[in-house]
Amino acid sequence: MSIIEVKGLFKVFGHDPKRVFPLLEKGLNKDEILKKTGCTIGIDNATFSVNKKEIFVLMGLSGSGKSTVIRCLNRLISPTCGEVLVNGQDLMKMNKDELLNVRRSTLSMVFQNFGLLPHRSIIRNAEYGLEVAGVPAKERRQKAQESLELVGLNGYEESLPRELSGGMQQRVGLARALASDPDVLLMDEAFSALDPLIRTQMQDELLALQARMHKTIVFITHDLDEALKLGDRIAIMKDGKIVQIGTPEEILTHPADDYVKRFVQNVDRNRVITASALMRKTEVITIPKDGPHVAVRFMQKRGVSSVFAVDSERRLVGMVTIDAVLKLERAKKKDIQPAVSTDIYVAGPDTPISDLLGTAMTAKYPIAIQDEQFRLLGLLDRATILAEMYDEEEEATTPLDEILSDNENYAEEKEDDS
Amino acid sequence: MNIPQIPVGKLFENIINWLTTHFEVVFDAISNGVTAILNGLEFLLLLPHPILMIALMTALAWWLAKRSVAVFSAAGLLLIYNMGYWISTMETLSLVLSAVFISLLIGVPLGIWAAKNSLAERIIRPILDVMQTLPAFVYLIPAVLFFKLGPVPGVIATMIFSLPPAVRLTCLGIQHVPKEIREAALSFGSNPRQLLFKAELPVALPSIMAGVNQTIMLALSMVVISGMIGAGGLGNEVLKGITQLKIDLGFEAGISIVILAIYLDRVTQSLGKNKK
Repeated sequence: MSIIEVKGLFKVFGHDPKRVFPLLEKGLNKDEILKKTGCTIGIDNATFSVNKKEIFVLMGLSGSGKSTVIRCLNRLISPTCGEVLVNGQDLMKMNKDELLNVRRSTLSMVFQNFGLLPHRSIIRNAEYGLEVAGVPAKERRQKAQESLELVGLNGYEESLPRELSGGMQQRVGLARALASDPDVLLMDEAFSALDPLIRTQMQDELLALQARMHKTIVFITHDLDEALKLGDRIAIMKDGKIVQIGTPEEILTHPADDYVKRFVQNVDRNRVITASALMRKTEVITIPKDGPHVAVRFMQKRGVSSVFAVDSERRLVGMVTIDAVLKLERAKKKDIQPAVSTDIYVAGPDTPISDLLGTAMTAKYPIAIQDEQFRLLGLLDRATILAEMYDEEEEATTPLDEILSDNENYAEEKEDDS
Repeated sequence: MNIPQIPVGKLFENIINWLTTHFEVVFDAISNGVTAILNGLEFLLLLPHPILMIALMTALAWWLAKRSVAVFSAAGLLLIYNMGYWISTMETLSLVLSAVFISLLIGVPLGIWAAKNSLAERIIRPILDVMQTLPAFVYLIPAVLFFKLGPVPGVIATMIFSLPPAVRLTCLGIQHVPKEIREAALSFGSNPRQLLFKAELPVALPSIMAGVNQTIMLALSMVVISGMIGAGGLGNEVLKGITQLKIDLGFEAGISIVILAIYLDRVTQSLGKNKK
């Protein structure tokens, strides 16, 4: 069931916007219209709906109109024409009081640069929405307090926003938005001003919160990684138009046009983790300098059962196992060469680890990572690769137990699917 | 060929005359109001013994600004008392405070209006320009015509002269409230009044306080000039010094004005910053 429905939404910035529509019908593009009329097309015929309890991501580069769209959803910006239905009510037909009520109870917003009131303490920022709605002081203080606890900010109630780091300030923004228990959270590039590490952390926490609270979230971002990670469905915008709406899977596998395709390719290259990022350095024996005795001692000392062997230029020649060298040692051989096995797999440092997974599952020994001059850089074992892949998957799946324990929700979701 | 002169001065004179005859009641009412504020303030300032008053003013400086300002205040104000200008100084102070009070009463709402309404801003801005560039003495003429001689026209002329920074800096402060803060306040369902009082004015407060500081400083400079129309206070003493060529009198009164100016400046400057 959809909670927000947007139909035929247009926003034209400039003087007398209505005169732009005949030109749009003629098929003129954004730049031509700007030149002819001086009007900028902010949103060009956007139609979409947001389902209850999903994270709907609007993604596009700057100037694509995504921020304008999200501001039409609570009428911070009034669309030139079109319908915005929230819970079935048309926002455009509401009078001032009805609009205030919707803003106070149904929709709340989180801003890119937090939009906190600098003169108010954290708790008084968090209770702002309740305060303007006229909730009694004691009740709103308690709700704000709960909401601060939810985002992990208890203990900072009396601090001022400027005393907090960016990530913490945005938690306040989130707490403020959650305090009035709205149906919909509008998040406008909410994590874009944060540095990458904090940003990832906030994304994870948002997902964890969402798993508990089941809000409807409209999330704006210019970062496809973020969109793929957070979005149940993603709408990609370009020049004020929505070019594709779909699940992350659909966007990646069936990009609607070249624009989306370029976007997705870009991302794939960035997203991939290469072998060099995960490999670890390894100690080696050098052939022919080190004989069987040295090799046995080397392995005993380190408690390993195999070791890579390289030549004097550190080029990989093979792998020596403890069994093979022990045989040579007992036979009192000086030459280690017969113990060197070449039954190992080699990859370059830029190989994506997803490409190594198959090999890693079958190979007996770690994969050797070699540079272009065949020098050994390090090794990559199965456990490392699996751990990394597992990490990635963990974010995309939920344990079945968790879903089943929330039985009511499960039933509802099934209804939605049918 | 003889181009006829445009009677600018005559026209203005006619307007003033017309106003004085037809709006006498209004001017009398204003005059009574100003007199009440002025007398009340003067009474309050002169009520405690000067030494007690100096102690109070020093304590205020310490509380709002810092210790060095308090030390200066105590020394400066005691010097004024010692030179025998205490009463004149308090008269001047009450003139300044009355004028500033009325200035802010008019200026801050005007500034808010100008910030919210571009048409209002387009009208108010050139008027402020004129008010700020017109020589200060010119204000004395209509003030005298409307309100005769004495402290009241002094307050009125001072009020007009010191109005512009209050309007300008209020307007500027509100226009410079970050867009996101305004959007945030609106998105949580603030009505226009809540937006103004809970978000815009508090955020604009440092700028508004800078305006208050400027208003006070301008008022002080004008109060001295309005000594020429019998406003009383230190202005009178300075004027006496000039007309009677009494160097000592002029210098002592001048020093008193400087001390008062520094005191007011430091104390009001710290008002804007002192918000935790």
